[in-house]
This record gives sequence, structure tokens and C-alpha cells, in this order.
Amino acid sequence: MAHRLSYARETPSQTAGPYVHIGLVPRAAGFEIYDREIGAVIAGPETEGERIRIEGVVHDGLGAPVKDVLIEVWQANSHGRYRHPEDQRALPLEPDFTGFGRVVPDFGTGLFSFETVKPGPVPGLDGRQQAPHLTLWLVARGINIGLHTRLYFEDETEANAADPILSRIEQPVRRDTLIARRDGDGYRFDIHLQGDRETVFLDI
Amino acid sequence: MTEGAFFQRDRNWHPPALTPPYKTSIARSPRQPLLSFCTTLSEATGPVFGPQDLGPLDDDLIRNFAHGYEPIGERIIVHGLVSDQNGRGVPDTLIEIWQANAGGRYRHVKDTYLAPVDPNFGGCGRALTDANGYYAFRTIRPGPYPWPNATDSWRPAHIHFSLYGTGFSQRLVTQMYFHGDPLIARCPIVSTIPDPEGVARLVAPLDMEASKPFDALAYRFDIVLRGRRSTIFENRMEGN
Repeated sequence: MAHRLSYARETPSQTAGPYVHIGLVPRAAGFEIYDREIGAVIAGPETEGERIRIEGVVHDGLGAPVKDVLIEVWQANSHGRYRHPEDQRALPLEPDFTGFGRVVPDFGTGLFSFETVKPGPVPGLDGRQQAPHLTLWLVARGINIGLHTRLYFEDETEANAADPILSRIEQPVRRDTLIARRDGDGYRFDIHLQGDRETVFLDI
Repeated sequence: MTEGAFFQRDRNWHPPALTPPYKTSIARSPRQPLLSFCTTLSEATGPVFGPQDLGPLDDDLIRNFAHGYEPIGERIIVHGLVSDQNGRGVPDTLIEIWQANAGGRYRHVKDTYLAPVDPNFGGCGRALTDANGYYAFRTIRPGPYPWPNATDSWRPAHIHFSLYGTGFSQRLVTQMYFHGDPLIARCPIVSTIPDPEGVARLVAPLDMEASKPFDALAYRFDIVLRGRRSTIFENRMEGN
């Protein structure tokens, strides 16, 4: 026997269910209740940087679109700065940049799209730079614990090659699941929960 | 960073992705291993919200969608403490909740259950924890409702909770149940949690010390978010 450590265990996760929209994006559920919904705008008009539009579909293991998914986006601005008290680096931070968005697909088709600015690179561990990326988190009915993943950009070839997380993924086919493809003025990023093209999800 | 990486999430304590008795998880569960990686700035940070983001009635579901009358059902207070695995309260963090009305019906374009929508009940609320990590909501006790899993599956009465903590790694969504509900033991979603002790953590006891006489009963739901490593042997000594 030994003295018992006193760390508490985390509260267990439960699925967000099919009606997550009521709590997080009530307008999508079909009603108005809050003056301002959280996560509506990632980057306002005063935010600098390249404006981009990202669209895609989340697929289940049978290839069907996951129409009731809710995706959260968290990102740095074009200077690589996060809006957070722990990021005190002397980099510009526009007042209308939140870096946070909630994205819901069209309930009929499952296609999601959102607009933001392309983020700059951000520091990683041990002084290594991380390639520009968006942090994504997904919940839906049937997902027991929120899934973390990242979106990197196809045209950042050099930065992607040096990225510490991308370079940890052994198989190129798996690595490619985190890279959004140029598609006209924007990017296409499909997420696969399961199957041959299963997206790499992170335990981070 | 002023503090170190978040504690490793205990994946044997949380529900696994694939839980066949909860049928929808079968096609929606990743099968490849998750890529484990220490917290970087991208996950140590996360959205921060303040009083300016909230309205004055957001934590009161009895009044925040009332159209001339109050909603039908048992008036309750749901309250508790949000802390981390180190036992420290998590102050100023956003909690969002959503739930069915007293009849078990959600106000959602996709809910077609035959129980009626309550014209005075929206079913969502939000609050920030105070300086000690404490929160409280006032609401109506939700009803159980049937759902398509087996031919006659019913969800126990529950309230959904969404939390942020200080960094995106702490993001947590869960559900609170009510002590004494016989549907808890029959629910395949509850049973995705492997350890009965884990289930017990989601079952809120009646809390008569916090009830409001002649007004509302209270239920207590304390929530623990991921802890964070200390940086005692690094340059900064603060926060230890």
C-alpha cells in the first residue's frame, strides 16, 4: 500500500446528441433566443490577411454525410497570434478577430462552409514552428467524445513538411487527410470518421 | 506558456468511440488510433468569453424564452463547482446547457416527438463560472423521451452540458442525469461509460441545502475538467 494521489478524475464525456444546435447555435435549431450567438464570426472585416472560404462534408463509415455534426474552429490570425491571455507575443491582434467559429452544415445536404482568414504559423514545442493550421473539434449524435483534428493548407508545402505533427504521421495517405485542397478561391476539406480515408484524429 | 501540458486524457475512463449497443456509434466511430501529442499553443489556448457575451436572463431557462407566461413543469435549480483535476476551481469559464421540456420534447426543427413544444420554453442557457468556479442555472426538470435505438428505447431525463475551461484541450460535452431515475440503468448512451463510478459522476443528487422553499428544488452537479502540469522546474515559478 502507498499514499493515495489526490488528483480528481475528469468528468466523463457523453455524446452531444442530435440536438446540440439548441445549446450552441439555437438559430440553426430554428429559434431566436440570444442577442448574439457565440462563434458566429471568426474574422471580422477589419481583420488583416488572406480571406478564405472552406467547405466540405463530414462522412460516416458508409460514406453518408453527417448532417447533424457541429464543428468548432479555433485559429490564430494571419500574424500567428491567438486571442488568449497565454499568447502575449508582440504581434498584432485585430479587435474584430475572435479566432473562434461554430460551423453547422446544411441539414439537407451535409455541406458545410465558413469564411475566415488564413492563419500564420505558430510556435510549437521545443522551438519548432508549426505550419499554418486550424484546430477543429467535432461533435454529433453517435460520437461519444468530441473529436479533435486539424486542417492544414495544400499550398504550404515547405511549412507542412517541417510541421511536427504532420511529420509524426507515418503513412502519407493518412497525413493527406489533414490537408485542405485548393478549390477555386477557397479550400475543400472533407472529414471521414471511418473507412479507407479515415481522418487523423488527435489525442492532444 | 505560463503552465505546462494538460494531463493525458484517460481514454479508458471516457466512453470508447465504438459502443455497439448505442447503434449510431457504429458508423461514426474512428477505428484508427488517435495521434497523441503534447499540448501546443494551439490547444493551450481557446476561446475566452466574458459577461459582455451573455444576456441578463441567459442562466434562467424559466424566463429566457417566456412569452407572457412561464413554462410548464417542475422548477429546479442546477448548480455546482467546475474544477480541474488538481482540485482548483475554474473561474470565468463558459457553460452552455440544453435540454428537452417537461414533456420530453426539444425545440428543434428535427425533433418530431408527439409531446408538445412549450411556447414558453426554449431549452437552452449559458453562464460563466464565478471567481471560485461556481455556477447555477434555474430551469424546468426535463422529461424522458423515446428515441430510435431499440424498438422501445427511452432516454432518462437529462441536461446536456458544454464546457471550455481555459484551453481547447479541456473542451468537454457531457450530460447530467437525475438521481433515482430508473431509466439511467437502461440507457445505452449512459452505458457507453465503462466504469459505474464514471456513471455516478453524472448523476446529480437532490440538494435540499440549495433548494428554494416554496419555489424550486435543487440538484448538484460538480464538473471536473482536465488538469494541467506544473512548470516548477522550468523558468517561471508562477502558478504552482
